[in-house]
Amino acid sequence: MTLEERNALEQAALRVRQHIVRMSTNGGCFIGASLSCADVLVYLYWRFLNISPLTVNAEDRDVLLLSKGHDVPALYGVLAERGFISKDRLKNHLSVDDHIYWHPNRAVSGVEFHSGSLGHLLSVGMGMALDARMKGLPTRVVVILGDGELNEGSVWEACLVASALSIDNLVAIVDRNHFQANIRTEELVPLEPLAEKFRAFGWDAMYVNGHDMESLDECFGALQLNTGRPTVVIADTRRGKGLPSIEERADRWFCNFSPEEADALLDELSGNSRATLTSETLIVR
Amino acid sequence: MNRYETLLLDTASRDERLVVITAENRGHMRTVPPMLGDRFIDVGIAEQTMIGMAAGMAVRGRVVVTHALAAFLTMRAFEFIRDDVAIANAPVIMVGMVPGVLSDGNGPTHQAIEDVSIMRGLPNMGVFCPCDESEFIDGMRVLLESRRPWYVRYINTPDLAISRVAFEPGVATVVRGESLHRPNVTILTYGFLTRQCIEAAEELGRDDVQVRVVNMRTLKPADEKAILHAAGTSELVVTVEDHLLTGGLASIVAETLMAHGKGAHVLTIGFPTWFTPGRLDEVLANEHISSAAIAHRIRQRLADIVHVPAAPPSSTHEVTHA
Ligand SMILES: [Mg+2]
Repeated sequence: MTLEERNALEQAALRVRQHIVRMSTNGGCFIGASLSCADVLVYLYWRFLNISPLTVNAEDRDVLLLSKGHDVPALYGVLAERGFISKDRLKNHLSVDDHIYWHPNRAVSGVEFHSGSLGHLLSVGMGMALDARMKGLPTRVVVILGDGELNEGSVWEACLVASALSIDNLVAIVDRNHFQANIRTEELVPLEPLAEKFRAFGWDAMYVNGHDMESLDECFGALQLNTGRPTVVIADTRRGKGLPSIEERADRWFCNFSPEEADALLDELSGNSRATLTSETLIVR
Repeated sequence: MNRYETLLLDTASRDERLVVITAENRGHMRTVPPMLGDRFIDVGIAEQTMIGMAAGMAVRGRVVVTHALAAFLTMRAFEFIRDDVAIANAPVIMVGMVPGVLSDGNGPTHQAIEDVSIMRGLPNMGVFCPCDESEFIDGMRVLLESRRPWYVRYINTPDLAISRVAFEPGVATVVRGESLHRPNVTILTYGFLTRQCIEAAEELGRDDVQVRVVNMRTLKPADEKAILHAAGTSELVVTVEDHLLTGGLASIVAETLMAHGKGAHVLTIGFPTWFTPGRLDEVLANEHISSAAIAHRIRQRLADIVHVPAAPPSSTHEVTHA
């Protein structure tokens, strides 16, 4: 990856984060999780996935599924930046006149499946991957999982079956931001050693720095699919990444900021001084 | 090869979209796996994964038949059915084995006797409860082309001696007493107990109680006209089902009469709670849903209502229950 390419990706990620911050006011959104997976989504849509607004219905397109659907502001930001939807449309966040709300709706161009309840889309993605394999298509299915989502037994049930069926055009990416709702994962239901768990289930597992475009490029560039085994990439991330005033804070999970706070956060994103936040945050799940 | 297997293989040979997935429940379809090749998938004992995968395939153009025990299919995987199949309105035909009373000796964990209630509660979902093997096969042919989700109570019991009307969702059929102008009793039923209802009607007929039997076939959509016709032409409407009395046909009849401002004497026969497991014939007798027990309960109820004034034709008085 050239320096220019890397800069371009980082600039795209910044614009996606700005979209996310704009969606965190006037009703709010799950900002922390959206910011943690923003770089991964930018990398995938700019460099890895074979999908564009022109091929959004092509049978052989790659498929990305957000199994932890509450990070959808990041996806909407990406879809807007890539031209799947207009940037103006993001202003419709939480309007009943559009389909853009706290969880994905596949009525929005580029959204492959709805989600919200955790633990569903790994198995849905397995069905899509198998369908593509049966048709002899090159389609790869990428499923973004939350680390908190790994509490759900259905994820591990699906992992067993994916391995049994040798679904090797399937890549799960764990947004390993070390938080679930209002607590650190390791303080509630510890997940480590996580890669070993997936390997014991018959998966290939690797780690990547989920905020470094160079590392993401190395990881996904070297990804070996069609090995007979499904693959998981554990992306080491920080919740709230890009905004030091909310980064890694258990209480900054769902936020509904005032317009002034959102403006201050946009400044903060650009490297200016930290925003002063007084809005209450949602602590209960 | 049974007729279900023949149907699946015939359909698969004509329609490359068809995929069959089971949660390690291959009874009744043993010849299918080798003949369907990669279009047969056994996920093991993993109903949630089965349904999620089926939804993923269906939204990419497949027609998916999922085959598992009715209790585990509808209840273990319920949220997957709701979120991934119903919300997506995906063409997944979910076939539930040993539903209702057919779980006989298994015990309450295996009893799907709330399946109709919970499946019909889902937007987009259809519910089909055939009365014998032929009806199952005829209906499945239509559902496989319907491009929408269905829950189907599997049945492979020998065919009833009934006249057949081409399967159509939301259209009930009269399976006994078609020629009666104003029967004393109309029994509304579905599924396995249709045979018991016909036999009960024969028995009552010998006592000069004229009984029509209506087979609902689909509970969603339900044939409202058939229900209103029963209420408008009979002294007593009887619902018979191997299902809880909440949420199934008894509730459908109450909802329909209420929506149309109609009243009727209604006897509801079904399970108030989980049934005592045992051999099927003993279960039928023990739960008072054998043909003799159904006839007896109808006789008793008729004896009660001759002492109250008949419902005026356009009455809006309350629906009475047994
Ligand atoms: Mg997390």
